[in-house]
Amino acid sequence: MLNQSVVNIAYVVAAVLFIMGLKGMAHPRTAVKGNLTGAVGMLLAVLATVLSPDFGLDWTYVLIGLAIGAVIGAILAIRIAMTSMPELVAIFNGFGGAASIVVAAAELVKYFEQGASGTINLTQMSIATVLAGLIGSVTFFGSYIAFGKLAEFLGVKWKLYPWQKAVKFGVALLFIAMGGYIAWMFEFSLFGILSLVFLLLTAVFTLGKKAVFPGMQAIKLVSAIATVAVGVMLVMQTMGTMTFTEQPMELFWLLVAISALLGVTLTFSIGGADMPVVIALLNSYSGIAAAMTGFVINNTVLIIAGSLVGASGIILTNLMCVAMNRSLANVLFGAMGSSVQDVDVDEVYKNVKSTSGDEIAMMLEMAQKVLIVPGYGMAVSQAQHTVRDLANLLESKWDIEVVYGVHPVAGRMPGHMNVLLAEANIPYDKLLEMDDVNSMMDSIDVCVVIGANDVVNPVARTEGSPISGMPIIDVDKARTVIMIKRSLSPGFAGIPNPIFAAENALMFFNDGKKAFNEIITAVKES
Amino acid sequence: MDLVMLLTVFVLAIYVGFEVITKVPPTLHTPLMSGSNAISGITIVGALLAAGAAMGQSPELAKTFGMVALVFATINVVGGFLVTHRMLKMFKKK
Repeated sequence: MLNQSVVNIAYVVAAVLFIMGLKGMAHPRTAVKGNLTGAVGMLLAVLATVLSPDFGLDWTYVLIGLAIGAVIGAILAIRIAMTSMPELVAIFNGFGGAASIVVAAAELVKYFEQGASGTINLTQMSIATVLAGLIGSVTFFGSYIAFGKLAEFLGVKWKLYPWQKAVKFGVALLFIAMGGYIAWMFEFSLFGILSLVFLLLTAVFTLGKKAVFPGMQAIKLVSAIATVAVGVMLVMQTMGTMTFTEQPMELFWLLVAISALLGVTLTFSIGGADMPVVIALLNSYSGIAAAMTGFVINNTVLIIAGSLVGASGIILTNLMCVAMNRSLANVLFGAMGSSVQDVDVDEVYKNVKSTSGDEIAMMLEMAQKVLIVPGYGMAVSQAQHTVRDLANLLESKWDIEVVYGVHPVAGRMPGHMNVLLAEANIPYDKLLEMDDVNSMMDSIDVCVVIGANDVVNPVARTEGSPISGMPIIDVDKARTVIMIKRSLSPGFAGIPNPIFAAENALMFFNDGKKAFNEIITAVKES
Repeated sequence: MDLVMLLTVFVLAIYVGFEVITKVPPTLHTPLMSGSNAISGITIVGALLAAGAAMGQSPELAKTFGMVALVFATINVVGGFLVTHRMLKMFKKK
């Protein structure tokens, strides 16, 4: 067993390794090493913990927990498809939140059974427990909703596959069972029953088919106020200033239950295009929850690692909001203003010209520089490999330069498109950011937009539309634009896109992957 | 450690986080999220202490909670670092 000072030094080294690891993420060249550095830091922290004098050396639960977690984590990480990365990150965020809730619960149970141990600061411990429980619960339940919306089985009107139904109803039942267990554990006391009611409500919400419904804002507000009230009660009870319940843990679980409702309602009304913001925000929460747990158990490495993650999530959240020209409050509390819909769609789309694979091949033959702008549609049709095949063909056959323009909010999470294109072996120096692409737009002969809509809608440059002021990729300024899309249906913003009917634009009505395959065939034949 | 010291650490760490992460290019934002996710699995330290408490030193319920927390945190740590590694290895220069 190590001396406590040695353990603390090991924790500091681990924290430094985390920082160095994140620093490595500044460049794709150093990123692999950076990630490994972080992993070494984590290993060091774990080893220091099990060798510390605080560790009780009872290995049964530890080994069971480690084994189950490692197996599930490894299976998820190895088997997940790159297109499903947003779902995976969403659910991992949730697990981080869940871990914080349960660690806080364990500490609180121990405190109430045995009283304060050592030099504990009661004020700090009680406030931090409340915050860890609250933020952890909002993160866990909010992440489940984000996961369900990304995997398209929550908040949707269409028919579900059997597995989707099983997860949806299974998890709702699990929430109700949790409520039932809490109520039973506290012998159906007032607070126990209240917890059950809140978890019941949470479960009902997850079963809704429509994303927005009347009364939603009121519920958000009421549950937000209730979490604060119960949180204050719990702090007072823990510190012994006031007693509300016979069994002190009742208040903690009630707090978790109300925060669950808050997390679910905050996330449920958020639509697909806003998902990057939500995932980044939940990422930040999971870090802050970990930092709060650090205050609960008086441990600096938790505080440092947690705040690093919290800061990372906040930065990404902010970047995503800027890329959509919306405030965070607007994403969380308001729906997009679809009421501005007074444009005559038929008038806008009067001059839409449709095209074919052969025609596109002919245009490409004339081109010197081609820009491909991917959006969520590319992920849906899994077209990234086909896109790469066409780009390679154009480069080898006609010596055409192909680059990619990636909008910050294209896809369902920050950097989603970049990962998919990297998976297809497209070198990262060909993936250009929005500003760089826009400044070279006049040298682009052909621009192919696959599965993106709102992020290239020139309406954003005019006043009075729901997306006014949002930075876009100016594909309309390229010599020719080809939009690959299944129909003229609007994007998430619900507004028509005049580019479909622009003079230099052609529509290729097709699924992304099939469209690229047709173009490839045509190019090979010409 | 006293509260003020811990708060100092908290504030400084957030500041360092801001400095380091602003330099991450958009192309790596997804691996950044999954990687930082793995780091937020640091709760594993708290989970280990709770689950590994010696018999009789800690209530059985607290140890059980510790084990549950350990499952969640280990999924985050193992899954997070692995999937990030898988993703980052795909980023290649021409």
